[in-house]
Amino acid sequence: MTDRAEDAPVAGHEETPVAANPVQAAQPQNVSHGSRSQWLDVWDQFRTHKGALAGAGFFVFILLAVTLGPYLWIYDPTYIDIRARNTGISLAHPLGADQLGRDMLARMIAGGRTSVSVGVTAMALALFLGTLIGVLAGYFRKLDGPLMRFTDLFLALPLLPLLLVMVLLFRETLSANFGPETGIFLLIVVGIGVTSWMPTARIVRGDVLALKEREFVLAARSIGTPDRRMITRHILPNVLSPIMVSATLGIANAIITESALSFLGLGFPPDYPTWGRLLYDATDYLQQYPERVIWPGAAISLTVLSVNYIGDGLRDALDPRIRGR
Amino acid sequence: MLDAQPRPDGRSLVEIRDLRMWFPIRTGLLKRHTGNVKAVDGVSFDIREGETLGLVGESGCGKSTCGRAILRLYEITGGSVKIDGQEIGDAGPNTLRRMRPTMQMVFQDPQASLNPRMTVARIIGEPLDEHTKMSRREKTAKVHDLMDQVGLNRAFADRYPHEFSGGQRQRIGIARALALNPKFIVCDEPIAALDVSIQAQVVNLLEELQAELGLTYLFISHDLSMVRHIATRVAVMYLGKVAELAPREELYGEPLHPYTRALLSAVPEPDPEAMGGSNRTILKGDVPSPSNPPEGCNFCTRCPDVMEVCHRVDPEFRQVRPGRWVACHLFEEGASSPSNRADTESMGDTA
Repeated sequence: MTDRAEDAPVAGHEETPVAANPVQAAQPQNVSHGSRSQWLDVWDQFRTHKGALAGAGFFVFILLAVTLGPYLWIYDPTYIDIRARNTGISLAHPLGADQLGRDMLARMIAGGRTSVSVGVTAMALALFLGTLIGVLAGYFRKLDGPLMRFTDLFLALPLLPLLLVMVLLFRETLSANFGPETGIFLLIVVGIGVTSWMPTARIVRGDVLALKEREFVLAARSIGTPDRRMITRHILPNVLSPIMVSATLGIANAIITESALSFLGLGFPPDYPTWGRLLYDATDYLQQYPERVIWPGAAISLTVLSVNYIGDGLRDALDPRIRGR
Repeated sequence: MLDAQPRPDGRSLVEIRDLRMWFPIRTGLLKRHTGNVKAVDGVSFDIREGETLGLVGESGCGKSTCGRAILRLYEITGGSVKIDGQEIGDAGPNTLRRMRPTMQMVFQDPQASLNPRMTVARIIGEPLDEHTKMSRREKTAKVHDLMDQVGLNRAFADRYPHEFSGGQRQRIGIARALALNPKFIVCDEPIAALDVSIQAQVVNLLEELQAELGLTYLFISHDLSMVRHIATRVAVMYLGKVAELAPREELYGEPLHPYTRALLSAVPEPDPEAMGGSNRTILKGDVPSPSNPPEGCNFCTRCPDVMEVCHRVDPEFRQVRPGRWVACHLFEEGASSPSNRADTESMGDTA
């Protein structure tokens, strides 16, 4: 796009419109019809990324399945049909039934609802904390030392024992206040969120440190842009890429951590399905009924993969230098 | 000011007195303050309204730092900077913000000085967002006006900086600097990153804008021939200090300071045979470190005319002839008459 020829018509600063210049063969003419929305450009670029499009399709499918699924497939995930124990794929139970005769499809839907919401919420929380701390540490020199030592402190904490202690300490109070399910949901989301923001904070700080020395930040300062708008206008949009990558990895991490907690019996209550729970329940029957491991396993992997692809596509689409190539 | 007859067009817009910009050196485990890089060390000069003051010197002599310190992009170590009668050297953040529209800057690297994630319209419009309460429509109109003014096609308003060539990017930078109708613009090597044909375009644009809008420039450059073309007066910097300040023709015609002579003799000649080729002043050695400048005159380690006094006493920056300021012991005895000593306060008033 950076064609040398574009300089030619403005050589003498004539007011002649550049489009009239015969030298300007390479110049696109369609830019003049008003300002096209930036988001349309972003969407156009996103569409060219096949993986991202497929990922987005799958993620939307998962979201629809876990939100609308219960209305279409009206089996209760906890209903025990003892005669259907350990049945394989059938018309009555499309994904089979487990060792107590509960319908696997219904449990997958209910489990997905919990897993995806835990993943997305915990990721959002971790991302918010990580970006906030990273930007503050990178931008304000005085805060850099304290905040980064604070980050080191959190990195040094062993994650699982900490979560276990948190669950032990707060489960009762939260359950009493918000009900057992919402209470444990909040606890797990906050637990995962506050223990996984550190990598994001470090990456963002590093990028902000580099960005702060760029001339356009100096130019903004010479205009008199105050710090808060400097951060929102110049710093944040330019650290979007690492944040995006952290986000996609964060969802995967949160889903897996939640599975681990459920496995240890300190996540959601045992009869409350999540993908991680289903996976661990099924490992006992791995040899007899491998499909019961495959369903939740595939769901976790594919969701994580689709989110990664979405992040990849979004990062490209949001970068004007890559866009339109 | 102290001068008997200040010229009507010679009002000083910018007054810089003893400006110092030192960067601390911190070493060791505890980051103790062990020294200073004296990038700008006691610089004083005036810039008159409507003129272009060229600031030249070799790489690392503190030209850019000086330009940035004048706009208070750094927290200055000492000295005073008055722009349009208002002191900004120690102004608080709010006063400074209100002063920003008066003074703007054009940067060296047009690629790095534009945010890659903002469209041209937003880049040029940013000063308007910050300092005016224009409606969206007014802002678009103003941005288009500015683009016309610097010779950019309006249709490019929604494009991103990476889609432009170097010269066009520099025009975007100039349009942004012009957005708030400033009086004073620091051009920090605006042409150094451009190729020669584009350099001429940009310099011509700067000159046209100056004639049209009555701008005052501090034109920082290491390109002596370009400075000769654009500047009204020229200041030569060496190692954080101004060695010589004089009107353009006099400086290029008869350089006084030995460093200026050496610098000018290093300008490439189109026809070396015609000029004889023998009268170049070749400096020996390297520039001393600004963290540890020599005692006495900063130039004493390389000066071809060095005297004993130069190693002891730092020469005063003083007017030796009307309008000509030199910091050199060579001009101390002969040229120092009381009348010239009187106006250390008004460095720009006689020309």
